[in-house]
Amino acid sequence: MSTKARVFAFRDPAALPRFALTALVILLLWPGFRLTEFDPGLLFDARNREIMGKFISTFFPLATSAEFLQLIWKSTLETLAIATAGMTLALLIAVPLSLMVTRSLSISRIGPGRGLLAGRLLRLPARFILMFFRSIPEIVWALLFVRAVGLGPAAGVLAIGVTYGGMLGKVYSEILESGDTRSTSALLECGGGRLTAFFYGMWPVALPEVVSYTVYRWECAVRASVIMGFVGAGGLGQQMELSMRMLNGGEVSLILLVFLLLVVFADAVSAFLRRVTA
Amino acid sequence: MNIRLDQATLIHANGNRAVNAVSCEIAEGERVAIIGPSGAGKTTLLRLLATALRPTAGSLSVLGVDPWRIGRSALRRLRSRIGMVHQAPPIPPRQRAVTAVLAGRLGQWPLWKGLASLVYPVDIPGARQMLARMEIADKLFERCDQLSGGQLQRVGVARVLYQQPDLLLTDEPVSAVDPALSDRIIGELVREATTRGVTLVASLHAVDLALHWFPRIIGIRGGEIAFDLPPVRVTDAMLKELYASESTVVPTQDNLPLTVQSPGVRRKPMCS
Repeated sequence: MSTKARVFAFRDPAALPRFALTALVILLLWPGFRLTEFDPGLLFDARNREIMGKFISTFFPLATSAEFLQLIWKSTLETLAIATAGMTLALLIAVPLSLMVTRSLSISRIGPGRGLLAGRLLRLPARFILMFFRSIPEIVWALLFVRAVGLGPAAGVLAIGVTYGGMLGKVYSEILESGDTRSTSALLECGGGRLTAFFYGMWPVALPEVVSYTVYRWECAVRASVIMGFVGAGGLGQQMELSMRMLNGGEVSLILLVFLLLVVFADAVSAFLRRVTA
Repeated sequence: MNIRLDQATLIHANGNRAVNAVSCEIAEGERVAIIGPSGAGKTTLLRLLATALRPTAGSLSVLGVDPWRIGRSALRRLRSRIGMVHQAPPIPPRQRAVTAVLAGRLGQWPLWKGLASLVYPVDIPGARQMLARMEIADKLFERCDQLSGGQLQRVGVARVLYQQPDLLLTDEPVSAVDPALSDRIIGELVREATTRGVTLVASLHAVDLALHWFPRIIGIRGGEIAFDLPPVRVTDAMLKELYASESTVVPTQDNLPLTVQSPGVRRKPMCS
């Protein structure tokens, strides 16, 4: 065997596909940047800097009148309530659907045995429902529900519940699939049912990740409730919309500060729950 | 006939022919050891018997029925009567030993009982008894990630003992355990099989364990049965040939040289 042939025989067979994939990703990214007119240089242009500076300077000083603080406190509680109630609704949608679409929990998969096709056909609509729920942005759902249940937090709760139900369902089933599924399979292979196999085999494996993702989504729900406030779904968002319309930068910045605190709070809750469930 | 394989073949998705036209019969209450080099198809053969894999060709019957011809609920009932001790215990690290053992009966319990047991273990004495047989009763409420490898393996065995299956399968149950403990674990599995009169099929890496504890030895190589004999008729030459591809010595516990016949084993009349 010549030296060249020997080197070739010992070459990593995965190297070429990896290189090709990297090249392809870069090739695909480039038109994306062109299309979005992305140019970081614009941020440091003197004129743009001045305009940005002027905009930011209107945010100070922060509005701190007792009356406004009280209003913000009430809106904050309302926002937390919207996010929490919305997440509860989302869980009610996501948990059963994610258990349905998780392939590792399928009994007919083993072998494969009887009912494999029926199981697949049943998983399809469940997947589609999840996709449909999350493909429509929450603000569109909110606009729809504002018309159905009127202005106020209830529309926000429904909008978050539906969109986040779709997102949670997808990610839950992916978390369940990506964990170690051997214990689940072992339980199914000795006659265990779908639900018990989930609780005895998957739940202990996936718990910390599920909890931390759920808390993160709750944090996102807090932010989402702000955007929906703009279309009249109550909470801090509605307050922010009023302040922006009155060009009161101090009030806007105080509300932003409240958001920061809420995110810090959610982060602490997540860290705590991860420690408890680890 | 408790188990019957008729020209059973299994080809994995990657094209690997793991079990090739194997025919064999195992009667109720028999104790059979399967030995052979790694990659010979021991695990695949056991998974066929456990109804976890469906033969690509040929047929099999387990506990008197063909698992792939019966309905879904009948198959679940059949599976709940088959117990499997895995090489790596399939137990979530965060689970407590008591829960892991009680999980053995999930196939027999109604759904409400399985869920209720997560709130409060429904049969603590039962779980403790099985762990006591494995000499780790004190680990009852410990989390499995707090246990050593040997202790975890014994929790896996205790689970299958608690399941009380009619067919007991074990896939290299002691490959990660020290020799003295291996002997006790295999001894306990054999005692369970003899007292309850159930069939025991065990794949073993250590040939001395197989020859000592089992009245019937099936040697497999390349997915085919090389020999199927009582231990007294298994010769050194047969074993050398069986493991020829793996090494020059026959694998035993602690790699001690294989002493000829263990005195406890007597020749038994074979039915096949």
